Amino acid sequence: MMAWSTPPYLLADVSVRRVMLQVLVALLPGIAAYVWLIGPSILVQLVIATLAALLGEAVMLRLRRRPLLLFLTDGSAIVSAWLIALAFPPLSPWWLTVVGVLFAIVIAKHLYGGLGQNPFNPAMIAFAACIVSFPALMSQWPALGLKLSLAEQFEIIAGLAPRIDAMSGATPLDALKTALKLGEGAVDVPTLLANQDVFGNFAGRGWEWVSVGYLLGGLWLWQRKIITWQTPVAFVGGLTLLAAILWAWNPQQFASPLFHLFSGGSLLGAFFIVTDPVSGSTTFRGKLIFGFLAGAIAYVIRVFGGYPDGVAFAVLLMNLCVPLIDMYTQPPIFGMKNPK
Amino acid sequence: MLAQLFRFKGGVKPQTNKTISVQEPIAQAPLPARLFVPLHQSIGGAPNPLVQAGDTVRKGQLIGGADAWVSAAVHAPTSGRVLAVEEHVAAHPSGLPTLSVVIEPDGRDEWIERRPVDHQSLPPERVRELLRDAGVVGLGGAAFPSHAKLTPARSVAMEQLVINGAECEPFMTCDDMLMRERADEIVRGIAIFRELLAAREVLIGIEDNKQEAIAAMHEAVLRLAPDYRVVAVPTRYPAGGAKQLIRVLTGKEVPASRRSTELGVQCFNVATVYTAYRALACGEPVLSRIVTLTGNVERPRNWEVSLGTPMREVVALARPRADTGSFLMGGPMMGFEIPDLDAPVVKATNCIIAASPGLFPPPPPEMPCIRCGACAEVCPHELQPFELYWFSRARNFGKTQEYYIFDCIECGCCSYVCPSHIPLVQYFRFAKSEIWAREREKQAADAAKERFELRNARAEREQAEKAERLARAASARTSEKKAPPERTNAVDSPPAAAAGEPAAAAATDADAIRKAAIAAAMARARAQRELAQPKNTDRLSAEQEREIAAVEARRGAQPATPEATAGAAGSGAPAGPQRGE
Repeated sequence: MMAWSTPPYLLADVSVRRVMLQVLVALLPGIAAYVWLIGPSILVQLVIATLAALLGEAVMLRLRRRPLLLFLTDGSAIVSAWLIALAFPPLSPWWLTVVGVLFAIVIAKHLYGGLGQNPFNPAMIAFAACIVSFPALMSQWPALGLKLSLAEQFEIIAGLAPRIDAMSGATPLDALKTALKLGEGAVDVPTLLANQDVFGNFAGRGWEWVSVGYLLGGLWLWQRKIITWQTPVAFVGGLTLLAAILWAWNPQQFASPLFHLFSGGSLLGAFFIVTDPVSGSTTFRGKLIFGFLAGAIAYVIRVFGGYPDGVAFAVLLMNLCVPLIDMYTQPPIFGMKNPK
Repeated sequence: MLAQLFRFKGGVKPQTNKTISVQEPIAQAPLPARLFVPLHQSIGGAPNPLVQAGDTVRKGQLIGGADAWVSAAVHAPTSGRVLAVEEHVAAHPSGLPTLSVVIEPDGRDEWIERRPVDHQSLPPERVRELLRDAGVVGLGGAAFPSHAKLTPARSVAMEQLVINGAECEPFMTCDDMLMRERADEIVRGIAIFRELLAAREVLIGIEDNKQEAIAAMHEAVLRLAPDYRVVAVPTRYPAGGAKQLIRVLTGKEVPASRRSTELGVQCFNVATVYTAYRALACGEPVLSRIVTLTGNVERPRNWEVSLGTPMREVVALARPRADTGSFLMGGPMMGFEIPDLDAPVVKATNCIIAASPGLFPPPPPEMPCIRCGACAEVCPHELQPFELYWFSRARNFGKTQEYYIFDCIECGCCSYVCPSHIPLVQYFRFAKSEIWAREREKQAADAAKERFELRNARAEREQAEKAERLARAASARTSEKKAPPERTNAVDSPPAAAAGEPAAAAATDADAIRKAAIAAAMARARAQRELAQPKNTDRLSAEQEREIAAVEARRGAQPATPEATAGAAGSGAPAGPQRGE
């Protein structure tokens, strides 16, 4: 007799592992731009994060008495790890990355029941926990033009070399916000963007192309039907709509929607964070609501809040609302669309 | 011939694997040494056996008569001798036995007298009866008695009659071959159904991967009934589901809560229509069916197999390969593993697939649901299978019903695409059967509760009546005894005695009145208590209700109810022993 006896006996050639693998592949264009334009240290961070994630996953699986190999190789922990590495400053000390990853895997994922059970996006939990706990380290981004070899970068990450001032720049978003605040209305956005070398063609120098990389990867994921269009489109819509309104009202004090779209975690968030099926909404209308509000909240936090970017908190806030959103956005079923 | 087609949402496109079994025409399967004809081959009532061991039967002779309106007759597939009417393993995933007529063919294959009828000369009710008695049931696999679907709704005109030749299940080609080879009979059969339903138009839906069948049907329609429309529908599983095909051809969506006739549409499988034609125009009841033998076999092909032929003998015709592990009845999406090849071919046996690990690899281990929503994308009924899965798993059956679990047609699309390899359909079947079981339990508990309350009410009433009787009797005695002393006093009694006697009588009377009053008060109090008591049985959990039902059942099973009788007789503590149980 066969190993199973329940229909259907045919299965499509799909698996969780393959889904996760494709998400990792989709991150490669962004990572390539990152390495090219920002620095190869991100590769070190990716390795550290991956190892920490697998270790945390293995320990938790063992403690929870779950099949080790099956879940270690499903790729979900590596996806979380890579997203954390990409969200953290590339020259963060190794232990910061490890703390973030372990927080995500152990607390945000396994304490809630492991794969598929976490109500919050693990990567965003890691980001939120670390930016609250280590605000200084989480705000130290490499200054532009910082010329360090991979070996030197590795030494900094490993804590073997002192953290020098030159490497602690700010993100373009942060630079803009700080400059506007210091200028107290005396400076305007177009001048700042034109004069500071931290800004590039349409957003942050270098970072804008990393975002383009995420966009390409995201479009590929959509084309592969790993993600649906609703959440990313709604997220981008929420973010750019608010940005456009304020920019149209006062272009001197508010950056353009384009700047916001290609800055910070906007596009990484749009295609790789809010699209997380486990912690996101699942219905057609729910995805639109979830994405739109996440985008809008992210904008509010990054422009008016105290943190350099708002994607993480926006996503977590919306994760909280998912059960409610899903409950109220159940689609009508076959034959029930026009109840008579 | 240009028809506007509609889309149904969802669906999947598994490998069809159909070409292997359409290379040769339909062949007649040889008669086995023994036929095991189950009496219950359709949805609805089980027909009663009309023969017994030792009887000789002719081909086509009625051996099981329909016992209800939703039921269908069963006939002897050939002439021979009835060896037994006994339990025999059924073609069912459970492998449980069912009452079957065992026939030893005599090889002469002698027909009963066949009486062809002209359905147009008969009233519709008579035609429906004839179809029932000819054993015409849905041959698409559901085996629902066709005559029961052939009554149009009173208030809605029948707009479309949909004839289902879609055959969307992979591997299966029995309808394809039937349409290729016997298109004329099918088209003539459609006319019968169309007249019974007074349908305005006829739409014959065939998946566009069956070009030969489409051509054959088209040709037959042109010759015999030019106003029927043969429509090629896109090949996408489950396009052959009745509701999906109705949607594609008419744009109408039939929810689980309604009958399709209420929407002015009805759907029949091509093979069903074919058998209806044979039944009326040739007087031949349903004795055989086309079965696709395919899968891991040397010689895939369609066979016309006598009902009751053991699957073992049928399967041998196709010469299964050595690594065949098991056999499926039906298609790979909705079929089941045949637990025992001694089970016979029945009206629902449309396809037998030899399965091997190479053909149907065992599923990878089940992973947790990641809510990716792939299942919702492919669900043809636009349900949220992952939500149903969570609720089924959590045994939150109320929620599964809120999320329309009974609209699930168990097509298997969700399981097919699940990246976590969760056997979703199994969870839904589990939830459905649990809900049915609870429904039955609840009905039983409700009935028991009603019985209990009725009995209590009766006891109360009897007691109250008794108390009243006592009171009446007592007061009657009082007045009786009050009157006579005056008389005695007046006539001959001595004054002393006259003075003492009424006093004694008055004492006993007062006693009786007091007793009656107490009994009446107790009855009142009990009645009040009874009124108050339902409060704590109002909001019982299902668990508690089940317990109460069980207790009631136990009590019902006890030969007598001494406590209850004692209670009714007024022992003073009627509720005690019962509540304590």
